[in-house]
Amino acid sequence: MTHTLRAATLAAALLVVGAASAAECIAPANPGGGWDFTCRQIGKIMYDIGEVDQPVQVTNMAGAGGGLAFQTVVNERTDDEDLMVAASVATVTRLAQNAYGGASADQVRFVGAIGADPGVIVVAADSPYQTLTDLLDAMKEDPSSIAFAGGSAAGGFDHLKVLQLAQAHGIEDLRSIKYIGVDGGADAITQTVGGFTQGMTGDMSEIVGFIESGEVRPLAVLSEDRVEGFDIPTAREQGVDVIGVNWRGLYVPKDISDERFQEWADKLTAVAESDEWKAAMAANGLAPFTRVADDFQAFVDESIASQAELSREIGVIQ
Amino acid sequence: MDILSNLALGFSIALSPWTLMLAVIGCFIGTIVGALPGLGPSNGVALLIPITFSMGLDATAALVLLTSVYYGAMYGGRISSILLNIPGDEPAMMTTLDGYPMARAGRAGDALVISGVASFVGALFATIALALVAPMLARVAYLFGPAEYFALYLLAFSTLGGIASKNQAKAALASAIGLGIAMIGLDNSSGFPRFTGGNLHLADGVDFLVAIVGLFAVSEVFVFIESHGKGSAIGVKLDRVTIPWRDIWVTRWTMLRSSVLGFIAGVLPGAGASLGSFLTYMMEKSIAGPKGGFGTGVVKGVAAPEAGNNSAAGGALVPMLTLGVPGSGTTAVLLAVLMTLNITPGPTLFANRPDVVWGLIASLLIANFVLLLMNVPLVKIFVKVLSVPANLLLPGVMMVSFVGIYSLTGSYFDLLLMVAFGVMGWLFRKLDIPTVPVILGILLGNAMENNLRQAMTLSNGEWQYLFSSGISITLWSAAVLGFVAPLFLRRIIKRPATPMEAMGEHEGTPPPKQRTD
Repeated sequence: MTHTLRAATLAAALLVVGAASAAECIAPANPGGGWDFTCRQIGKIMYDIGEVDQPVQVTNMAGAGGGLAFQTVVNERTDDEDLMVAASVATVTRLAQNAYGGASADQVRFVGAIGADPGVIVVAADSPYQTLTDLLDAMKEDPSSIAFAGGSAAGGFDHLKVLQLAQAHGIEDLRSIKYIGVDGGADAITQTVGGFTQGMTGDMSEIVGFIESGEVRPLAVLSEDRVEGFDIPTAREQGVDVIGVNWRGLYVPKDISDERFQEWADKLTAVAESDEWKAAMAANGLAPFTRVADDFQAFVDESIASQAELSREIGVIQ
Repeated sequence: MDILSNLALGFSIALSPWTLMLAVIGCFIGTIVGALPGLGPSNGVALLIPITFSMGLDATAALVLLTSVYYGAMYGGRISSILLNIPGDEPAMMTTLDGYPMARAGRAGDALVISGVASFVGALFATIALALVAPMLARVAYLFGPAEYFALYLLAFSTLGGIASKNQAKAALASAIGLGIAMIGLDNSSGFPRFTGGNLHLADGVDFLVAIVGLFAVSEVFVFIESHGKGSAIGVKLDRVTIPWRDIWVTRWTMLRSSVLGFIAGVLPGAGASLGSFLTYMMEKSIAGPKGGFGTGVVKGVAAPEAGNNSAAGGALVPMLTLGVPGSGTTAVLLAVLMTLNITPGPTLFANRPDVVWGLIASLLIANFVLLLMNVPLVKIFVKVLSVPANLLLPGVMMVSFVGIYSLTGSYFDLLLMVAFGVMGWLFRKLDIPTVPVILGILLGNAMENNLRQAMTLSNGEWQYLFSSGISITLWSAAVLGFVAPLFLRRIIKRPATPMEAMGEHEGTPPPKQRTD
């Protein structure tokens, strides 16, 4: 046993030493889930296609919905040139709602997003609502008659998507729309199929299996175009102009040089264009969504502004 | 027979020398990880993920390795529960209640063997049930909405008072403290932080692993230092291990009942192995009544939670595979592995990837037999790990606690929190307040509150919604019964049971030595 322990300690020590010279990707959550996937896939592909010469070290730093990793980067590693951190729309939502303990988005630099999980609205297969407008009309009549389940906490992105749709459909009393945050998309579907909630709001990748098995009926996908291989109309097609995609991307510390920032952006673009990434996206229900460097930073700033406004409206922030 | 041909397919995949070797390695690592306080199944699986990928294992091989670790850890958790009074992982918590008193009474070997057999029965039952009814059973999850889950958790809490054989008020106090700690963190229904004092580290709440390691392992070390080794749990001797056939036979119904109940608890997403072992222990305790002597070191008190938690571990695979909803922390990690291997668990998995599903089931069966061998005849190997002299073991326990917690949360703050829980555990021991209800409060309190509030959201605040389905009414009745019945039973049975109760009064002192060998 002592041998095993010693070996394990040695291995752990080696990993730490190895990490010092290689690039590191912090996944601000436990293994599994979107951020971990982002780090592991992007890190692996960067190494496989020769963009980095050592395997990228993935560190899981769960806490405060990504806030712990954000604070660590801002306070302790703000000039670390070898560090990237997985981000998604949830990062932006929490920054918009000031959920990272006073930290703000301009304390890091958003490098880019290279794929997105389009938002979806689904109902149970036996639901009376056939189209998105059916559902929204029912909500307009009585906002509290429809309850939604989603994988994020109240005020999170799954919740905001419903509110955006309602707003675009002319529903004014956003606060009376019912939403329960459960443990992930599959759980939300379970609640909806079980009839406890009338609709489920989530990401495309969360519902693929359930569409195949015929247990749910997707009403709308919240992307610009339909997702290839699925016969689901977009919200826009149905006259509700809402785009809500859960992009997968990275941010880096603020005080790295501009050259280094551009290098990261180029590496990320190379990953986005690789066949490996395309295969990974297809397997995980991601749609192409590539925005890097300044283009992406502008997109992030805009999202934060609009989400902050919506959050204020429903009282999540003052 | 569909199932037989499916199983044949599974075994044809799982029975290659390569996968067999992986199963043995996985079982071994899992048992050790489970036995070490602070490292639980979810750590074990999470730590092995990078190794799995760097070895380039295919989906089936990776699953075999990781589920062997999972099952192994469920077996291993009981070893330190029994020998050190420190649960190796949270589902093994209930095993300390009778396992450790047995060890103090010189029956450590018996306790290990019986709990090993019970683990085997539970895990085997769960694996067979998984193979037979998984696709149908997945539908059970559709019947449980917020109101039903709330009633389920309430059932667990209403029987909490019964944990303490001595002082129910102290048990209630302890569970209230646990519930209070569970309130810390972001409120899931509004997103606002509660009781965090603006500290980001507390935004996710208190991790129950931090609490369990602090309350059990760290406090044990404090007690040891204070008493210079007297009155501490460390130092239970294990002379020889024989198989107590009679005790195994006596507990046969306990094991079977617990397997069934544990499996059901495991199938319900979110309930998991800890609830499984808790409910089975309480069920057996109430069946046995005050005469059963639960809490004083009886074999049924060891068999029930072990059969229950291993069965629940298998049950938790059902919603994970068929719905993509993880039933426990470890299955959440397994789910992530599957996704990374491009396998999407969900309603179509059984139809689309029979090789994966049946390979997994076959390897679970194999892992079970390997684990039975490791944990009954070869249990001394693992016991050796824990039976080194206290002056080596204690620093070791401290080291593993710190490393384990740090590897899990990566946060210095949690280490401080763990020490704080250690001090709390030490104080509680002085005041004779049980610590198990604290953990259960932390473990289940959040989910219970969330479900209640979700039910209120869905029903516009109508409290009748909580009793609106057959399932919730049944659970409520059981909860009320579980709370009220002991009060009356106590009165009825009091007189004839006096000698037994007198024995139960002193949990720390061993009952008269009874060797069956």
